Amino acid sequence: MIPPQFDYVRPANLDEALAILRDREGAKVLAGGYSLLPLLKLRLASPEVLVDIGAIAGMDGIAEVEKGLHIGGRATHRSIHENAAVKARYPLLEDAAAGIGDPQIRNWGTMGGSVAHADPSADWPAVLIASRAAINVRSAGGDRWIDARDFFIDSFQTAIEPNEILTEIRVPAPGANAGGAYAKLERRAGDFSTVGVAVQLNLGADGQISAVGIGLTAVAPTPFAATDAEAILMGATPDEATFRRAGDAAAAQSSPTTDAHGPAEYKKAMVSEMVVRALRSAVSRARKQA
Amino acid sequence: MATEMQRQTTPEVGGMGHSVKRKEDPRFIRGAGQFIDDLVLPGMLWLDIVRSPYAHATIKSIDASEALKVPGVAAVITGADLEKAGLHWMPTLAGDKQMVLPTHTVMYQSQEVAAVVATSRYAAADGVAAVMVDYEPLEVVVDPHKALLPDAPVLRPDRAADKQNNHIWHWESGDRAAADAGLAAAEHRISEDIYIPRIHVASIETCGCVADWDAIRGQMTLHMTSQAPHVIRTVLALVSGLPEQNIRVKTHDIGGGFGGKVPVYPGYVLAVVASLTTGKPVKWIEDRSENLQADSFARDYHIHAEMGATNAGKITSLKVSTIADHGYTDAAADPSKFPAGLFNVITGSYDFPNAFVEVDGVYTNKPPGGVAYRCSFRVTEAVHAIERMVDILAHDLDIDPAKIRMDNFIQPEQMPYKTPTGWEYDSGDYPRALKLAMDMIGYDDLRKEQAEKRARGELMGIGISSFTEIVGAGPSHDFDIIGLKMFDSCEIRVHPTGKVLARIGVQTQGQGHETTFAQIIAEELGFPVADIKIEYGDTDTAPYGLGTYASRSTPVAGAATAMAARKIKEKARHLAAHLLEANPDDLVWTNGKWSVKGSPDRSKTIQEIAFAAYTNHPQGMEPGLEAVDYYDPPNLTFPFGSYICVVDIDKGTGQVTVRRFVAVDDCGNIINPMIVDGQIHGGLTMGFAPSLLESMTYDENGNNLAGTFMDYLLPTAVETPAWELGKTTTPSPHHPIGAKGVGESATVGAPPAIANAVVDALWHLGVRNIDIPLTPQKIWAILREKGVTA
Repeated sequence: MIPPQFDYVRPANLDEALAILRDREGAKVLAGGYSLLPLLKLRLASPEVLVDIGAIAGMDGIAEVEKGLHIGGRATHRSIHENAAVKARYPLLEDAAAGIGDPQIRNWGTMGGSVAHADPSADWPAVLIASRAAINVRSAGGDRWIDARDFFIDSFQTAIEPNEILTEIRVPAPGANAGGAYAKLERRAGDFSTVGVAVQLNLGADGQISAVGIGLTAVAPTPFAATDAEAILMGATPDEATFRRAGDAAAAQSSPTTDAHGPAEYKKAMVSEMVVRALRSAVSRARKQA
Repeated sequence: MATEMQRQTTPEVGGMGHSVKRKEDPRFIRGAGQFIDDLVLPGMLWLDIVRSPYAHATIKSIDASEALKVPGVAAVITGADLEKAGLHWMPTLAGDKQMVLPTHTVMYQSQEVAAVVATSRYAAADGVAAVMVDYEPLEVVVDPHKALLPDAPVLRPDRAADKQNNHIWHWESGDRAAADAGLAAAEHRISEDIYIPRIHVASIETCGCVADWDAIRGQMTLHMTSQAPHVIRTVLALVSGLPEQNIRVKTHDIGGGFGGKVPVYPGYVLAVVASLTTGKPVKWIEDRSENLQADSFARDYHIHAEMGATNAGKITSLKVSTIADHGYTDAAADPSKFPAGLFNVITGSYDFPNAFVEVDGVYTNKPPGGVAYRCSFRVTEAVHAIERMVDILAHDLDIDPAKIRMDNFIQPEQMPYKTPTGWEYDSGDYPRALKLAMDMIGYDDLRKEQAEKRARGELMGIGISSFTEIVGAGPSHDFDIIGLKMFDSCEIRVHPTGKVLARIGVQTQGQGHETTFAQIIAEELGFPVADIKIEYGDTDTAPYGLGTYASRSTPVAGAATAMAARKIKEKARHLAAHLLEANPDDLVWTNGKWSVKGSPDRSKTIQEIAFAAYTNHPQGMEPGLEAVDYYDPPNLTFPFGSYICVVDIDKGTGQVTVRRFVAVDDCGNIINPMIVDGQIHGGLTMGFAPSLLESMTYDENGNNLAGTFMDYLLPTAVETPAWELGKTTTPSPHHPIGAKGVGESATVGAPPAIANAVVDALWHLGVRNIDIPLTPQKIWAILREKGVTA
């Protein structure tokens, strides 16, 4: 539980941080620390230098604009959970934030840190996939936007280059008659998900599903969009039979491994069950909006 | 006999029965506790340990050269170094032996392989990372049943020629022939395999020590996390050859022990050796993973139970055979005559005509131990088995589980009751406790609700556990640890100003001894609790005692405290007679005063008497007011209770939710009701945890699969049910204050209530037994097999 030696810098602004990332080998960005510090203490990671972005102003804001929510890379789970716009219009985010770790983790851990770390069992990646969010990354050479659905490449591996910092996440406005929900199966409160299902959808004037995004976590090497389930749901009547078909399709698309959370076949069955539960909740919320 | 004790003292005095606020808490609440890792001595070095990645391997070589180059590293200690001093093995409290460091073979994953001593904690860790060890993996034995097969590798070739196998010991109790005959004659017979998984105490503070060798004075001071400091001092004297008067073991505040801080771990010995070698204080503190992966475990009993009964549900015979997985050495801290602890309390609360129990200890490539994790020496395992068996019998015969218990309980008028396995229960009223629990939870209504829900396809279960505990080890004719009789002690000194210092042989780890032992003295002598200071844990000052585990503090040291106080009261009577110019035989004791019979205004308070003991004692009497008592209990005590639990099962996920949990406990007379409630809350949570969440598992290569709190699942406040407590009071007839001890009742009693509730919810599907922990995946697999869907 004692980390190896490393250098530590705490730049005052983003340009300085990006210059360090450009110039130094083996640099690693430190935000809340709740993913990185355990890896250091277990000596599973040994970066040369930690670039603490905690002193950089303007990276932890949450702003609601007409097109959606702009979330600074360093916004904490707690600040997202307690944000008034999130509570009013982004129930998917509120659900997910509430279930991350414990109060201490939510006070320190950040959405950007979690997304950049890309633990295959983390909750936010599934949420961003379901919401079709966009992720901004910046290097000394400029910045670029990456679709959340293209961002997660493999376990602990993302589209971020070593010289880049995740600066902002944009979640599109949910639109009319929208509902979102996060269904997390966990062994105990604050645990990593056994299965996590994020659903964001809209109901059309006819009551059919007019738009839907489903993100799954903990049941594949990387969080992913349950596209087969989305296809079944698009334009369909939101009823139990459809939910179950979508759940089964999501299960078929998942590839969980057997571990302490349970055997693979159990996890597949739980994907189906949790998709059904998330859909029920999301549709019920959408109907309340209508 | 079951008369509840009335409070004798005012709240200001705070004797027995008052919920006096804990004297310990101001320092804990303010973060001012002093735990072992808070201790920093001048010039202190830090010790860290190289551990084996393999569960069974030959050590081909250890290369410390790179580690010695790490700045700050002072020394690297290996088994070969210890072997020169004959310190590479050490005795365990169970009479087996354990490696301090291996010279040839590692026996479990995370076993200590070498120690690095350095000038900082960081340098020590860097040194550990730089030690190169070359291993050659050997065949791993994980399953204790396979360990007993003739072709299994012999894990402990160091044992005698006639013990070249993996069988450690055989222990039995009761009458085998009578139990067999009882089973053969039974109208109905049930048989079940029940596994109680390996778990870990996971106390919030890990183990550690600071060994401080003073070469000039020839003095070894060992600051450490120990539940039994005097035993450690004696063991250290015997092993090291240091004279016992020059060894001082000192505990600090201890953040939970639960049995895990009774054994001697290699880290303690390594710190002592390192301090002797370097002449400097050496600190060793485990990290969480080391604590979970290498410290002594608990449970791990593979039980086969058979029970006979009449068709009307009257039980007639019990026979139990058990394989006890002890890892690579038996490092349990059971009393010498009881290698399987007090497991033969397995007839429980029931009037069995015949019973026989046998246990075989087995070696495997797992961490050593068999500690009594808050269970008074294997009582948890016994209670789980009997309470599961009684429930299975009830369901088999279609008799309500509450009725079958009522029909088979030992009745209050049978007390004291001799069990077929040799115990004499001191007192108990089992029907009263169960009746109260049933009333509190609304048992009949719950059964109706369950029937309605079952008709709708919903899964709800009700589980009962009516346990009998056995604590307070123990009487010297039967109980010793490495030969030390299991008495305990108290020394009371009354100061001239009427204030009191008392020292006890037991060791608090959160139980609140500083408060409850003061309450015993307040009850006996009338000094206010606020005027009484309790000390413990420093072997230079505290009287010799065997320590705190197995719920023995109140039954043994609590009795010693009452007896020492009575010696003071008796001397005070003679002092009062002198002061009052009365005949001692004419004095009566009330409310902290000796008064002349019939003249209550002619009296002396205990404070006045204390002053006189130093200022105005009669000629011929020793001055001062002190007493010591070493208490050898005449019997154990037998707390009991009835717990009822209601569970709902989520058919979609297999998740079990404990909706309600009523716990009725009877621990005899109560010293501090608030502390008892706290003990029960904590104990219930520690019983709930392994029922649904915790288990220490290994893969076929002996790799620990639950070595961090990510996978060793302690419950949080979110999952933990809201406990509903009730109590009855049946004093112990042989204990000076009628108390029985309560620290472990709830840990022991809770698991079968939960397991019985879950099986009760699923019995109609053809489910007879499910081993704990009752994980969602396990329940889901059963539901799927039985064709139940969401």
